Amino acid sequence: MSLLEVRNVSKSFGGVHAVKNVSFDVKEGEVFTIVGPNGAGKSTIFNLISRFYDVTEGSIKFDGNEITSLKPDEIAGIGIARTFQNIELFDHSTVLQNLLVGRHTKRKTSFIENVLFTPRVRAEERAHRRAAEDVIEFLDLHAYRNKMIAGLPYGVRKVVEIGRALACGPRMLLLDEPASGLSVEETQDVAYWIEDMQKDMGLTILMVEHDMSLVTQVSDRVLALNNGEMLSMGSPEEVQSDPKVIEAYLGVEDVT
Amino acid sequence: MRIHFKTKYDDDINLFEDGRKLFWYVLLVVLAILLPFIFDEYLLGEAVNVLIWAIAGMGLMILAGHTGQASLGHGAFLACGAYMEVWLQNKGVPFVLSLPLAGLFAGIVGAIIAIPALKMSGIYLAIATLAMGVIAEDVIILLEPYTGGIDGVYVEAFTLFGVEIDRYVSPDKFYWTCLGVVIIVTFGYANLLRSSTGRAFMAIRDSEISARAMGINVARFKTISFGLSCFVTGIAGGLLAHYMGAFNYEAFLILISIQLLLMIVVGGMGSIHGAFFGAAVVGFLPQLVTIVRETVTTVAIPGLDMGIFALILITIIVVEPTGLYGRWMKTRIWFELFPLARKDMFRRNKSYLKTERMK
Ligand SMILES: Nc1ncnc2c1ncn2[C@@H]1O[C@H](COP(=O)(O)OP(=O)(O)O)[C@@H](O)[C@H]1O
Ligand SMILES: [Mg+2]
Repeated sequence: MSLLEVRNVSKSFGGVHAVKNVSFDVKEGEVFTIVGPNGAGKSTIFNLISRFYDVTEGSIKFDGNEITSLKPDEIAGIGIARTFQNIELFDHSTVLQNLLVGRHTKRKTSFIENVLFTPRVRAEERAHRRAAEDVIEFLDLHAYRNKMIAGLPYGVRKVVEIGRALACGPRMLLLDEPASGLSVEETQDVAYWIEDMQKDMGLTILMVEHDMSLVTQVSDRVLALNNGEMLSMGSPEEVQSDPKVIEAYLGVEDVT
Repeated sequence: MRIHFKTKYDDDINLFEDGRKLFWYVLLVVLAILLPFIFDEYLLGEAVNVLIWAIAGMGLMILAGHTGQASLGHGAFLACGAYMEVWLQNKGVPFVLSLPLAGLFAGIVGAIIAIPALKMSGIYLAIATLAMGVIAEDVIILLEPYTGGIDGVYVEAFTLFGVEIDRYVSPDKFYWTCLGVVIIVTFGYANLLRSSTGRAFMAIRDSEISARAMGINVARFKTISFGLSCFVTGIAGGLLAHYMGAFNYEAFLILISIQLLLMIVVGGMGSIHGAFFGAAVVGFLPQLVTIVRETVTTVAIPGLDMGIFALILITIIVVEPTGLYGRWMKTRIWFELFPLARKDMFRRNKSYLKTERMK
């Protein structure tokens, strides 16, 4: 069954047609990757799904429901969590606090109860903490639990961002270039985590990534975009050997 | 060096991570309670002043320090609380009700003002709130039936739990009342910070985009922050009314708002401690400057003391952007690590540019 259905979606900024008539489905439990040169419209698709941008045309359904009229802050609540291409963490908070913010949609207490710190709030805090601790355990972030984000190395921040999205308890994760700027070892860790998230946690993953070895290792299906248009869709091998994809990559100097 | 081994999640959730911390804070409160037996009447009055400023500072800290929304017009909410308190007192409402109601009034006004303010940020919000602070002075004069216009208002002693409390007749009781309010407000503020609402505020401060992506309704939580911030500032205003006894619009000139913001910056943005450090500096430093200056020369040059005071504040802001609380933390860590502290320990790692924020 398709968890996410993107149908004939277009997005233009003034005269710039960033996404042109793109359609694809992401099946429940699948790792689906979008590849393409810089400026192809990959992040724009993410921003359309997370509702930071309005679609110019087309429809996006999640779990059978149209989401193109939701507000950006309603997306996490329906089970879609994301990371950003350029890390967007809460810099003046600790790693733990960042993860706990991820639990926001799971809270059941009001701000007045929070001020009074009623037993209900304490119980909720314990539950949030347990969930955050599971994420810390999974991503091996123990050493950084109480460290401020400002001051952490780039690679660790990248992981914390995945952790914060995981803490949301999503059904689908949107990862925008999770391995960009990471070392070979760190990229391998990301590959293992993606496999575990898919197999053990049963998550559906929509990813944008340039590192083709990572893409082939973890993806079930791949969509190649160029200039906002769909070039090719299929298994990683099929897409990589598609002449149109090869041409698009050769025609563009900067492929990173 | 002391290492705290945490064994339960509650060690982090509790207000005091261990007994040692609790001990120091209890000691501080006990000392504060005993202050009227140590200080003379004049100093005690100054201490009350510091307490009231600390409350007002905490109010602004919620908004500016924890939610990242600057307000250069918070004196207006101080005024809301002060005039409401006087009005309610004159209507015979008991103090235990009138003070929270005065705060509530300021909080509601703040939440309403938040609606247009939601669309603004940074320098635009600063200018808009500054304008609000300036307009407040005129509004006070215009609302003469309630505020006494230019002549102002006068408030008599109040009664708390059957005891009559007057700032001049019973300065110790007035001090304890203020101390009680300080403790309650601090407690509520600390609770806020260790739960989801406080984290949502800090998330908005650090990245509105990410906050949205995490499901935080930014408009709603900014409104809550405005409301809570103005509520607390209004409470400070209510106490200020009794502290001043008689006052008019001049008590809430725009300078007061600016001093309030300056105070929390000097104290240390983004921490409850910062509000207290800032209040102590603003409350006691001018006197200290005068005392020190008098040992050098008894000739009072107009503006000299004020100039020195301003210079000290500027110096603090320039050399220690994290405020006095930041300096205090660094010094403490230095002593705890002695002799292992490194010179560049607090230097930030290279920060990463956020050029293409939305991508
Ligand atoms: N907010 C925006 N305003 C105007 N143009 C934009 C905006 N966001 C993206 N674009 C344009 O849309 C195109 C696709 O960008 P993007 O989706 O970020 O590409 P990428 O595939 O590298 O992630 C680019 O030409 C970019 O300049
Ligand atoms: Mg991109």
